[in-house]
Amino acid sequence: MAEIEHHLTEPLLATYAAANLPQAYALVVAAHVSLCAECRARLTAHESAGGAVLEALPGAAPSAGLRDRVMAALDAPTPRETPTPRRSGIFPAPVMAALKGQPPRWKTLGGGVRQQILHADGEGSVRLLYIPPGVAVPDHGHGGLELTLVLQGAFRDETGAFGTGDVEIAGPELEHTPVADLGLPCICLAATDAPLRFHALIPRLLQPLFRI
Amino acid sequence: MTHPPDTSMTDATRWMLAVRDRRDRTAFARLYDHFAPRLKGMAMRGGLNAALAEDVVQDVMLTVWHKAAQFDPGVAPVSAWVYRIARNRQIDMARKRARPLPEELIEEASEPDTQQIYAMEQEVGFLQGALAKLAPEQRQMIEKAYMGELSHSEIQAETGLALGTIKSRIRLGLERLRHELKELR
Ligand SMILES: [Zn+2]
Repeated sequence: MAEIEHHLTEPLLATYAAANLPQAYALVVAAHVSLCAECRARLTAHESAGGAVLEALPGAAPSAGLRDRVMAALDAPTPRETPTPRRSGIFPAPVMAALKGQPPRWKTLGGGVRQQILHADGEGSVRLLYIPPGVAVPDHGHGGLELTLVLQGAFRDETGAFGTGDVEIAGPELEHTPVADLGLPCICLAATDAPLRFHALIPRLLQPLFRI
Repeated sequence: MTHPPDTSMTDATRWMLAVRDRRDRTAFARLYDHFAPRLKGMAMRGGLNAALAEDVVQDVMLTVWHKAAQFDPGVAPVSAWVYRIARNRQIDMARKRARPLPEELIEEASEPDTQQIYAMEQEVGFLQGALAKLAPEQRQMIEKAYMGELSHSEIQAETGLALGTIKSRIRLGLERLRHELKELR
């Protein structure tokens, strides 16, 4: 894998460390950290800051019986954990967990573009996207933050080139048309605050999408 | 394995290593006494009532006991490790679903490298010092951020000075962390 060039920002890592990032974005952060030693180190640093805040926090005295209950529970058998899915091919463990351990079940969007929605709630949605070489990502107007992590292949848009492991962080102001590079199909994990459906998919796909 | 008392480590680190390496219950009880009030305070600050907050405390402390093997004092201090477990647990309980987590690094259990632990502890000392020296309103901002009371856009909008101060401290530890993690990949 080429060196990762586009990383997560400090505010994203801090919000993720505090477990206050909406689920859709949290999945992209967890997936990138799984691939990127640098962001893993930076996340650990934020957790250290969180730990320092915890240390300095005014405590609340636990009730008298709690200590005994906890000490007594040490002898209980280790709680059986549902095994968490492992990394599989290009999909890091948190993505496999979102896929419930199964390979993606792609739905065609037209023009060779496919997607699988992994999670959607009131705060946003996150999907896997499969973009054939040379094809543009469908118009996907996002009102707020959009995070796109490349899992295979590469794409480029007005702001730059994004290879495997890179994450593009796009604010609402960015009007961009990501186009998959020639070569491998580009597979991305994309989180937005937008509703489930892409807009204007058909008109865009009728246009010539890639010019050499 | 011999364990000479090592004054370069904080109490919490020594207790945690005793739990990890020797399943030492007395050390675990000390960890409980240290962290339980703080964890309960954090959970109540997050909006849980006292009873639910104690459920979180119990859960987090039992996770500390069961997952002690994953603790590596050269990579993160005890407080960071406990903080991570607690944030996960509290959010899982509140949202009734699991938060996405990064892959665990598969590591060989190794003898703690005291020099490296000492460097980490020093880093944490700097960090705590930097926190304590912040102006009250900046300190509150940092507290709110790490207690999960600020949204991403609020943190982004407010990064100003306070997060900058923390960041410059954090950055000191990064080179070593990066090195550590690269070795593990
Ligand atoms: Zn990164």
